Order: sequence, then C-alpha cells, then structure tokens
Amino acid sequence: MFRRMILAPAAVLAVALSAALLPSGPLMAQDAPLRIEITDGVIEPMSIAIPAFHGDAEIAARVRQVVADDLTGTGLFREIPAEAHPARAASFAEAVSYDDWRAVNAQGLVSAEVRQMGENISVRFRLFDVISGQPQGDGMQFDARASDWRRAAHKIADQIYARLTGEQPYFDSRVAFVQETGPKNARIKRIGVMDYDGANILWMTDSSSLVLAPKFSRDGRRLLFTSYDSGFPQIQIMDVATVSARPLTTEQNAMAFAPTFSPDGRWVAYSREQGGNTDIWLMDVSTGAQRALTNSPAIDTSPGFSPDGQRIVFESDRSGTPQLYIMGLNGGEPTRISFGEGRYGTPAWSPKGDLIAFTKQIGDRFHIGTMRTDGSSERMLTESFLDEGPTWAPNGRVVMFTRATPGGNGLPRLHSVDITGRNMRPMNLDFAASDPSWGPLMP
Amino acid sequence: MMNAATKPVLLAALLGLAACAQPAPPVAPPVVDPYASTGGGAVFQGDLAGGVLGAEATAQYFRGTIGDTVLFPADQTTLTPEARVILARQAAWLSRHAGFTAVVQGHAEETGTREYNLALGARRASAVQEYLVAQGVAPGRIRTLSFGKERPAATCSDEGCYAQNRRAVTVVTEAAPAPVAAIAAAPAAVGGVTGAGL
Repeated sequence: MFRRMILAPAAVLAVALSAALLPSGPLMAQDAPLRIEITDGVIEPMSIAIPAFHGDAEIAARVRQVVADDLTGTGLFREIPAEAHPARAASFAEAVSYDDWRAVNAQGLVSAEVRQMGENISVRFRLFDVISGQPQGDGMQFDARASDWRRAAHKIADQIYARLTGEQPYFDSRVAFVQETGPKNARIKRIGVMDYDGANILWMTDSSSLVLAPKFSRDGRRLLFTSYDSGFPQIQIMDVATVSARPLTTEQNAMAFAPTFSPDGRWVAYSREQGGNTDIWLMDVSTGAQRALTNSPAIDTSPGFSPDGQRIVFESDRSGTPQLYIMGLNGGEPTRISFGEGRYGTPAWSPKGDLIAFTKQIGDRFHIGTMRTDGSSERMLTESFLDEGPTWAPNGRVVMFTRATPGGNGLPRLHSVDITGRNMRPMNLDFAASDPSWGPLMP
Repeated sequence: MMNAATKPVLLAALLGLAACAQPAPPVAPPVVDPYASTGGGAVFQGDLAGGVLGAEATAQYFRGTIGDTVLFPADQTTLTPEARVILARQAAWLSRHAGFTAVVQGHAEETGTREYNLALGARRASAVQEYLVAQGVAPGRIRTLSFGKERPAATCSDEGCYAQNRRAVTVVTEAAPAPVAAIAAAPAAVGGVTGAGL
C-alpha cells in the first residue's frame, strides 16, 4: 500500500503551512518488528542499507545523501557502505531479495525513487525489515517543488526514524540562531534561520545592531529576540515569512530581554529590568498589556513555558546563587527544583513535558544537563569551558546548544547532543554561531 | 600614606631595578593627583580656573582623567572603596558639567549565561547610578543599560581579563545643542552644582 503526501508548496520561508498534508501518514507501522530504542543501553547502532535511489540520477543521489546523513547523524544508525551492497534492484518496483541483504548484515533497507518533472519532484520510498523479511509500514510518496528537495528528503528520513525508534521525528525542522563575526570585544551579530542540519540559511536581521537569543514560536511563524537597535536592550517580534520586525517593548528606563512565547503564541514571558532589579513579566502579544509574574529583589530571568502553557520554569538567584524554579501563571510562591552543586541557568522545558534542560556551572566548567520537572534524575550531558543555552528538538530527544572556546580567539559553535549524552556533534556550519532556538516539525 | 598616583611610578622603578643590573632609570617626579583620596570620599584639590576648563568639559577628559570605569569583584555588584573614589570624581565632574548626560553601561565576565549576565550587568550599572545620584547628580541625567558579556574590555579567558570585564563604564555625552543663552551662561555653572534642570 502507498500513501501520498504533498509538501507545502514552500514559499521559501514557509515554515508551518498547515494545509500541507494529504493524508497524514502513520508515523509508525502497527507491529513494528524492527526497533531501536533510544536508551542508555544502546551502544550498537542499527545497520541500514540505503542503496542508490532510482529515477532521475542527479536529484536522486542528492536526496539519498540527505536521508543517509539525517539517519546516521543521530548516532542510532550505521549505513552499510555501497561497496558491500548486493546487485542493485533493477527498479523501485522490483521485489526485495532479503537473503542478499541479510548476507551483508543489513537490518533495515530503504528503497526509493525520485522523479523530477519540471519544477516539481515526486519521491517514493519503502522501508523493509530485512531480518523478518517484510515491509515496515506503508510505502509513501511525497510531492514537492524541486526547490524543496531537501525537505522531501527530511520527510523520508523522518518516516524512517519514527518507524524504527517509535519516537516522533525532527529532521524536517528549522533552527534560529545568531551568527557571530568580528573580534571578541566588538562582536557583530545577526539572526539567521536554517534547516536543522545547517542548510538553507536565511538572514533575518542585518548586522547594524547587536541582537541576542532569538526564540521561535511553536508554530515557527514568528521570532522573538533582544535587540540593541534603540541603543538599549528591547524585545522585537518578527514575522518569519516576511522578515519584518517591530518593537514589542519600548519602555524607557526598563531593559527587556530573555523573551519566550507561550505555546499558544498569545503571551510572551520575558525579563524586565528596572533600577537594577530583574523580574519576569508576562505580556499579551496582541494588546501589549502586561503584568509582573515575579516580584523579588533577586535576578529572575530565562523563563520557559511548560508544553501546556500553564507553568513557567525560570532562573533566579533569590537563594544566593542562580537556581531553577517553577511557578504557575497565576501567582503563588515559585518552587525550587535544582539543589545540586553549582549554578543553574537557561532552563528549557522539553516539548514532551518530561524533562528540563539547563546550563550548569560547577567551578570553572560548564555543562548542559537535564532533570525531571521535580528536579530528580539530574544528569549532565556535556562538559566544556563554556556550554550554554540548550534548545529542544521538536521530539524532545535531542538538544542543541552553544559551546564557546576560551581565549581572545575563542568562538562559539552550535552543537547537538541526544538526551542520553551520546552522539555529541558540532553543527555543520562554516561560521561561528550561538543562541540556537529549535523550531517545530514542519507539516 | 602612599598616594594612588605615585604607586605605579614606584612600582615601575622597582621593576626596573629587578629586571637587570642596569642603573635605575631616572625616576619621574611624583604626579600630584588633584583628586587624591582623603579617606571616605574624594575632594577635588585642583585648579578649576582658566584654561583647564575648556579641556575638562569633554568626554575625552572624562574618560582619560576622571576615569570612566569601575571594577567589581567576581559575582559582586556592590561598589568597592576604589570604585567609590572614582565615582565621587565622576559625580563632581557631572555636577560641574551640567550640559552632559551619562549612560552607565554594566558588564560581566564571560563565565555565566548570557541572560543572567545581562541582569548582573544591569545591577552593576544601577549601583553606579545610585551612587552618582546620592552624590547629587540629577537622576534624569543618568540612564543605565547592560551589555552582559557581549562587550568585554579584555578578551583572554583568565582572571586577569575577567577582572577588567566585571565593570561599569560611564559614558558622557554633551546634551543636544543648548540655546545660545544657556551656552553663554555655562561657565558660571562650573564648580557649582547649578546644572539642575538640564
């Protein structure tokens, strides 16, 4: 059986056009026989074969490479090299010779065909469980503009990932970030948006003023960021599709920074500083009406919403050192959740709701860590001179963060790591960057 | 009592002696600091009259001679005695030069998260603002902002640089062109705290 899916005719910037899906394919087959669990125990990646895609050779090769890079980039899959493959099937329709693939120890097999028709491409793929000798899930067809060929490839990889891990996928997603150029004491920064793998970079601001920490809305259509455009730190809100921004905060004598959207996009929580004291405020995006959520002489910053929008996790030094707290939106005393050694900051609530990722400083070393929302099960995923600012992949299995190197020539780079702490890798970018914000899985 | 200004001279002399067996370089005459500390505060003891005035009423003079920067210990936002001496000079200068406004920029070292450091820098800037206001500078003449760790003064990654980066910098700007009458009256304001209203 085949399912057909049409990718949103992507205007270049279309992030979250909801009309896209016809019909929505199942994310995993019902009796998924082949499965890799993302747990601490997994050491050996699953071996999969992704032989050359059929159809129009040039575009087929490019799509295949992106699919392979997506899958192997997770650290969960090992690609069987082409030299070891048995003779290639004559066509996409030809029956699979499971024995031939078993002979090279393939556990999974991806077969696909890519056809280009003018400005459109059509991609069909199937996934096979070689061990049990049967298809895993339905075949699927994606129709897209040829210019969106990478998205089509990510969609295939997402299907494969979801079927083999049982998790929601994340490859067809984008990341907002800050590019950094120039010397360390006069850094030039601008905001960009890229595919999760570093491709298709689009610049959202020019370099004329200092900009910090963009944050995607959950639908991926808007960005919040801090800008020194007025000479003072204030928050701007940007429509991603039109790349048009407007100031959201304009109060004189009050700095505004660390903005973040509520999941429904209606509210912005942010840090408002006045007279040296920083509290967390909540603003109604459409009316500008706002109120204080904290009222303490401490530094309260880096707010992040729970996935249901009912609670906010934030950083406060009210106990003497920066620690993590959770509060409801309707007042009440915040509950401290971090109690370990060191200083905690930049909490980010997982989209799955189960974990909070954070930055932790112990002595002169920095870590990205996770804990459950009650503060239990704390674990460190990374360690370096300076790691900070984790952002969650839309499936809650991977975080991206900034790692800076020391010294006058030190530079920040984006890295990602999965929640087991394995598979730490730098993003494939040929420039320095910081402050990633991972957007949603695109429809 | 060792004067702050003579200390580096002596130190340089000592270093010169220690470095090799060459004759000591001629020691420069001691510099008399017109703002020499007298304990709790600082009292201006220099000459306000004559040609000094023209040069003094510049942002460059403020930066180079008054001192635009105060430093903070790690993770601290309270003013040190050294910082208070510099800020007393800044306040006195601002009082003499009512045509200037000030922006106090707070900074933090690179260890620490971006957002916490923005808030930390704001605390430092605010501490400076409060001190200047307590010394008589009109609150409306001073704004604050924080650069967090975005604009380090020194770029290495050790305490020697961090100590220079934990700072608040007072940047003075001559206010928008004043009416002619105000300019003509300006010299009369020097030395007094008559700049209120600007």
